[in-house]
Amino acid sequence: MKAINMVGIVKCFGPVRANDGIDFQVEKQEIHCLLGENGTGKSTLMNILFGLYHQDSGDIYINEKKAEIANPNDAYALGIGMVHQHFMLVNQFTVLENIVMGNEAGSFFTDEKANRQKVEELVERFGFRIDLDEKVGNLSVGMMQRVEILKTLYRGADIIILDEPTAVLTPQEVEELFRILLQLKESGKTIVFITHKLNETMAVSDHVTVIRKGKVVFQTATKDTTPEELATQMVGRQVEAVVSRPAKSYGEVVLELKQVRLQDKAEKMVDLTVRAGEILGIAGVDGNGQRELEELIVGMSPCREGSILFLGKDMNQVSIRQRKEMGLGYIPSDRHKHAMVPNFSIQENFLLGYQEDERYCKHGLVNYKALEEDAGKQIEHFEIKVSGIDQAIGQLSGGNQQKVIFGREVIHDPKLVIAAQPVRGLDIGAIEYVHKTLLELKEQGKAILLISAELSEVMNLSDRIAVLYEGEVSAQFVNGTYSKEEIGLFMAGKKEEA
Amino acid sequence: MGKSYKKTLDEILRSLAAILLALVIGAVFILASGESPLRAYGALIKGAMGSPQAIANSISKSVPLAFTGLAVAMGQRCGMLNIGAEGQLHAGAMAAVITALTFASLPSMILLPMSIAAGILAGMAVGSVPGIFRAKYKTSEVIVAIMLNYICTLFTSWLVNGPYKVAGSTAQTELMPEGIWFRKILPRTQLTTAVLMLIVVAVLIYLFLWKTSIGFQLRAVGSNPEAARAAGIPVNRYLILSMTLSGGIAAIAGVTEMFGKYHRFIEGFSPSFGFTGIAVAILGKNHPAGVILTALLFGVMDMGALRMSRETAVSSNMIIVVQSLVILFVSAPTLIKAFHRKRG
Amino acid sequence: MDMINSFIGLTFQLSVPIVLGALCGTIAERGGIILLGVEGMMLLGAFAGVAGSWFTGSAFLGALCSIAVGIFIGWLYGLFCLKWKAQQSVVGVGINLFASGVTAVMLKAIWEAEGMSESVAAIPNLTIPGLCRLPLVGGLFKAQSPYLYLTFLIVAAVWVFFYKTKYGVRYRAIGDQPFAVQSCGINVNRYRYIAMMVSGALAGLAGSYLSISQNNLFVVDMTAGRGFMGLAANIFGGWNPIGSLGAGLVFAVAQAARFYLNDSAVQIPSQIIQMLPYVVTLVILLIVGKKAKGPEALGKLVD
Repeated sequence: MKAINMVGIVKCFGPVRANDGIDFQVEKQEIHCLLGENGTGKSTLMNILFGLYHQDSGDIYINEKKAEIANPNDAYALGIGMVHQHFMLVNQFTVLENIVMGNEAGSFFTDEKANRQKVEELVERFGFRIDLDEKVGNLSVGMMQRVEILKTLYRGADIIILDEPTAVLTPQEVEELFRILLQLKESGKTIVFITHKLNETMAVSDHVTVIRKGKVVFQTATKDTTPEELATQMVGRQVEAVVSRPAKSYGEVVLELKQVRLQDKAEKMVDLTVRAGEILGIAGVDGNGQRELEELIVGMSPCREGSILFLGKDMNQVSIRQRKEMGLGYIPSDRHKHAMVPNFSIQENFLLGYQEDERYCKHGLVNYKALEEDAGKQIEHFEIKVSGIDQAIGQLSGGNQQKVIFGREVIHDPKLVIAAQPVRGLDIGAIEYVHKTLLELKEQGKAILLISAELSEVMNLSDRIAVLYEGEVSAQFVNGTYSKEEIGLFMAGKKEEA
Repeated sequence: MGKSYKKTLDEILRSLAAILLALVIGAVFILASGESPLRAYGALIKGAMGSPQAIANSISKSVPLAFTGLAVAMGQRCGMLNIGAEGQLHAGAMAAVITALTFASLPSMILLPMSIAAGILAGMAVGSVPGIFRAKYKTSEVIVAIMLNYICTLFTSWLVNGPYKVAGSTAQTELMPEGIWFRKILPRTQLTTAVLMLIVVAVLIYLFLWKTSIGFQLRAVGSNPEAARAAGIPVNRYLILSMTLSGGIAAIAGVTEMFGKYHRFIEGFSPSFGFTGIAVAILGKNHPAGVILTALLFGVMDMGALRMSRETAVSSNMIIVVQSLVILFVSAPTLIKAFHRKRG
Repeated sequence: MDMINSFIGLTFQLSVPIVLGALCGTIAERGGIILLGVEGMMLLGAFAGVAGSWFTGSAFLGALCSIAVGIFIGWLYGLFCLKWKAQQSVVGVGINLFASGVTAVMLKAIWEAEGMSESVAAIPNLTIPGLCRLPLVGGLFKAQSPYLYLTFLIVAAVWVFFYKTKYGVRYRAIGDQPFAVQSCGINVNRYRYIAMMVSGALAGLAGSYLSISQNNLFVVDMTAGRGFMGLAANIFGGWNPIGSLGAGLVFAVAQAARFYLNDSAVQIPSQIIQMLPYVVTLVILLIVGKKAKGPEALGKLVD
């Protein structure tokens, strides 16, 4: 019997087809992995199943019966529960209070005894280890996740969806989670496990469905496949022109990270170097330390362990502004949050980050003429489509915004450019432009750190590649050493043999 | 260019719609109290603009509102709501008057700037406190400012009822030396040189916010604090700076009332200028020019209200109702937008 | 002895509007709404009480009018904050100003007077025989307004609701993590609307206490900052009904003290005494610093 049967699911967000005719079946009482890279539509599909989104077309059958799921309450009525990647918990409340929230015993007054009894039964039946009276805010992440799972069970879920449940867990916590999942399966629950990690898929699942670019590309019983095959299916076999040509020689070391701790849970420290005229690509699935890396180098978060050397100087006591003055150009991964002030004009956005640069600021006054000159120059050079330099940057398309930001960071002749997810959310034309610009900068002898979750982007542009996995560098090599599939394995946690 | 013009025009239209809506609802209240809105509003306009004296007095009424409006706008530009202008202007007025009384023997050339500076400094000191609380402890600047409003008004009330009280039943200080009173621009009106000070301050604020690097950074913090941080702008320092400046500007509202109108500190001189300033700033889109225009509008209402209440059965407080409705409508942009859409 | 007795009586008498105001703050803010408009809602309630009593001749119906007006304003307040997504602090300022203006306008329309209304029927005070002779606390039972006892009941009721009922627990969770609560299938905005109306009702009640229990007429701006005082008391009391009661009493002591200071040997200006609660609140905010957090999601809306 099929617990879930989704047929021909289509879901579009604007021009993007996040789910492009997906067929997805899950047998009753199995653990089913939904595997795919970030942004391939896995979460969208499950959010449709849980009633958070509604499909544009396609049908859903639960236990062989057609189902209309308009909201999470409908989903729960059908016995579907979901554990989100971001926990939905009230930190100030106890575990017990969180679990029963919304479905408390008692008609008006809180019936603590009845609540406790019901939850204790559940805890015992599924072999959870948890203190019901602890405040959720004091729990470890793994424990919080258990609370979330208990919440779904308490609501009578028979089908439990877990969205990237291991992303935030330590290896020990992952093991405990798997033990719980197997126990749940034994007692008749069906589990859908969204992940991009191959070893976990192999360890825990009965069946796998691989999604790529909104389509199901592969479906199999786990015992009939290998991690290598799954990796190939996951990243695809596209023939893509390698854009980058390795330089004949590199200059001095511009950026050096020595024994830097990226994430608290990481056991190994990170060492990286970037030389002048070189692009170091950071590959890896999102959330494996990329954001921390970016913020540490730029100076948005303090480097507590290890040291960061920029042009040979320790950056520990150096402010963000001083780093920029020394020649650090920065293309943040979150463009809207960190790179621009949307309601300011293009001209004023050129001032952002360089507000005390001598060229733009004399005796405390802003030199609008110099700004106008530079902004105009870059608009022309980057072919940015604007109505004028006083247009608000928030009105531009994403690609044009990114060009403005590139224009701003590049005009100060930086020694080092940190480009984090530089093409995220851009259209094809803009992507090409950004890539061309990065290669040009490299030709000019700048050191470039390219952080990207798109493996093909990293492979096309980089001279060397470092792969991040759980806050550690799982492999570091000259581009061309490994195939895409092999890099995919590093991204999934395989260690490079020394 | 075209787009940004259209946006400004849109905003002005929306503000006008809010004012219009407020006036219409005001008219309903007037009708309900058995008067003709036309007659009432007519009396209002006559009272506010019927003679040069009336116009001068309307302008003079708008001066303190413009200062508190500018003060609130300065905070808002940095993302801070300065609800404490009321306390700041009390502190500023009192500090200025005490300075003027204490050093009354000094020549007015020195005494006047000294007293004004003392007032502004007092306002800045009071204003900085919510900023520091917010920057250091993430405490809402609004809560702290409300506490300070009471502390300031009560403290000045003690001073004017106790150590600085002049004999008589009114809670007021002695008169300041006549040499430092603001001069009248038009005789037999209340329009004084305070209005010139307003223009200077407004221009300075404009130049500060849009022509200096510090002003740019302050606005950047207000518009997108995360991006400001990533650009190396010390966000917390700017939160404190904006509140400090805001307090100083609010203080001028009190100072100019003292030097221009009362020539002494008198208890209860502010009919909540500080709170109305919030409305002025919001309706004026936190821009000095907009603030001054809005303050003029409010000044006209305040002035005209006196005649309206004399000639009709409508209370002068009707104007407070209209002003409060303007605040409410402007605070809820989606409301006016929805209103727009329904009309077409 | 007698003086202590009457001082305690006066303190409790003065505490009623502050405690009720603090409860308004507690109720709204526990659900994540910044409520600066207590002052205005209270003033509208005070006026409605007098107007109701004037037209019906019954003080009791007047009090009901206050509550009804409070509920209506609370609902409107909710519409602005929740539906039209207005800046919550600014709405509060607007409501306070509106109340101050509109009550004066209506005052002139109804009684053709500026400043104060004519006298109306007021709610009689109670003296409880026997208890009023108790030492120390006798003042609590001698010529006291029934509102005093009602206030204690309300404090208890709010506390029981917040901490002993499932709806109260949900509601407190909304103030901290509205999205988490929403994900449990709970209609967050419905709870918030109801809370706004309850807050409005209590503010209206507090206003009617001032106008038709302590007095028998309406005076322009007669709330004189008690709503803001209530908000301060709410923070002082840690966003907790019992704390609000305690903090309200502290504020009331400062207010009551001024009636006794003139006779006492040490001359402390009444303004300084009245300042103390505000200063203490600031100091508390300073000491508790980052931990002195109200509800985490204050001002955050859900769709």
